[in-house]
Amino acid sequence: MASTPLPITQEADLLREGAGAVTWLEGVRRLLTNPTAAVGSILVGFWILIAIAGPLAAPQNPYMQHLDARLTPPSALQWLGTDSLGRDILSRLLYGARLSISGGFAVVAAAVVIGTLAGVTAGFFGGVWDDLVMRVTDMFLAFPSLILAMAIAAVLHPSLTNALIAVAVTWWPTYARLIRGQTLAVKENQYVEAACALGMGKIGIIARHILPNAFAPVLVQATLDVGAVILTLAGLSFIGFGAQPPTPEWGVMVSDGRSFLQTQWWVPTLPALAILSLVLACNLAGDGLRDLLDPRSER
Amino acid sequence: MFLQFVARRLMLMLLVLFGITLITFVVSHVVPADPVAAYVGSQAPQGVVEKVRHEYGLDQPLPEQYLVYLGGLLRGDLGTSIHDDRPVATDIATYFPATFELAMAAMVIAIVLGLPIGVIVATRKDKLVDHMARALSLTGVSLPVFFLALLLLAVFYVKLGVLPGPGELSPYTQPPPRVTGMMLVDTLLAGDLPAFQDAFSHLVLPAFVLGFATTGIIVRMTRSSMIEALRQDFVRTARAKGVGRYRVVVVHALRNAMIPTVTVIGLAFGSLLSGAVLTETIFSWPGLGRYATESVVTLDIPAIMGVTIVAAFTYSVVNLVVDVAYALLDPRITY
Repeated sequence: MASTPLPITQEADLLREGAGAVTWLEGVRRLLTNPTAAVGSILVGFWILIAIAGPLAAPQNPYMQHLDARLTPPSALQWLGTDSLGRDILSRLLYGARLSISGGFAVVAAAVVIGTLAGVTAGFFGGVWDDLVMRVTDMFLAFPSLILAMAIAAVLHPSLTNALIAVAVTWWPTYARLIRGQTLAVKENQYVEAACALGMGKIGIIARHILPNAFAPVLVQATLDVGAVILTLAGLSFIGFGAQPPTPEWGVMVSDGRSFLQTQWWVPTLPALAILSLVLACNLAGDGLRDLLDPRSER
Repeated sequence: MFLQFVARRLMLMLLVLFGITLITFVVSHVVPADPVAAYVGSQAPQGVVEKVRHEYGLDQPLPEQYLVYLGGLLRGDLGTSIHDDRPVATDIATYFPATFELAMAAMVIAIVLGLPIGVIVATRKDKLVDHMARALSLTGVSLPVFFLALLLLAVFYVKLGVLPGPGELSPYTQPPPRVTGMMLVDTLLAGDLPAFQDAFSHLVLPAFVLGFATTGIIVRMTRSSMIEALRQDFVRTARAKGVGRYRVVVVHALRNAMIPTVTVIGLAFGSLLSGAVLTETIFSWPGLGRYATESVVTLDIPAIMGVTIVAAFTYSVVNLVVDVAYALLDPRITY
């Protein structure tokens, strides 16, 4: 902090603007000038657009079977061909985008909310509550997450919704850890002390001062995690503990088509490529975001 | 001081393990699904259902069931599998070595590939190799592992025929007498070289698939900590003194860059053990992951609990070892 006291008004100005504060527009501009982040965010944007508009653009009903047109290769008529039941793969991919993307975002959002609440209160209040929260996160981190997710999915009956719940349960402790560490650092700042001295309530301090300043690493981690969660959900569906056939979920589609890899490559490969491109996009965007938000990280 | 640190970590670990048994127990007993009904079938008369329920102690109050379970746990008794009627501990002892061998092999592949690549790209930052390695490691963490497995099987087993298909051994190979349960070790102990070669070639694909994502992680970690280390003053001093480039990179920088890498390796090993589920399913690998899948499908609750506890225990032990190794590697760390 500055050693010579600034005039009150000037200090207030600094406080209001913050040293490195940038507008949203500036943030987007910076994001797009970083090549990795730009490619990543454009791809993520593309997939989100498909998730929203895909079902409208789908040429056919994704569940409609055409047994006389099974396993037809990609052609001008059916761009991505058909699967073993004659269903149009393009239409199924377009519908599946919505499931995978909303699933990934929902799980991460739930995990971020739970983890942030637990972590920020643990770091801010400390004491017994802190110990308790940290030990509980220890337990959840030690759990074999995929096995726990499988068990939860199995006892609640395998479905996409239950897989979402199961994965969220295993994912929140990372955020609790992360935000607690940030909170411990941020709460030592003078502006927190100042807010305290001004008589601001604890909740107000957490909401106005701690969270906004502690959130950057959570944002980076969350972006990277959307990809990892999408992979996990697809994996659960692949072994039968997530979305169930005939749902046009990408993991299910790879599983359905696995025996055709040699002969009709497009049946399992196209959904796998869809997963790869979406997850890669999330990882690129997350990497780029980290470069932007964390000046210490070395590219 | 050091012993105190280890003792405190051990205490914490016991606490965590206790919590895990509690969570697993609650999750598996306060569930709508009825394992007894799943076991005896829906057509079984009520008397049979009650008898089975009593046999497995499932008619006792929950806290009592938990205490009985905990008591057994302390004696190394994980209960009896509802599915195959064998002690869960025996089942796990049967399946664990295969998973351990697979995870070890995956780790070896990940380290042997990841560490040198990470060092090389760190010395050629922003050159072509660096970008290629980054693309590869990003793909590694983005590719669905189940598709990679299918793809490699299709290419190396079906198309080229250079590697064998799923399983631990070819159907024509006589399995060696079981000593450790790890195929490579057992075939060597039996002095059966052809069987060893067979086991080795069966291990290559699943280990590569399981280690692929970890390789990417190790490359990234090594790269960033090497770049950091290469910028330090002692590296510049060594260079100024005329120390050879190879010696500077390997002896001076790498040794200091190893600490974060060791952490990542340790953590990755813990997750490899539980992450083997998908790989084992696809490669018909007779390990813990496949046992877990089967237990989940049959709602075999003692087995699910056993696998979860063993996996959590392994993870915690590995974590402890990493922490201790960390403290030993870096003299600056105080306990």
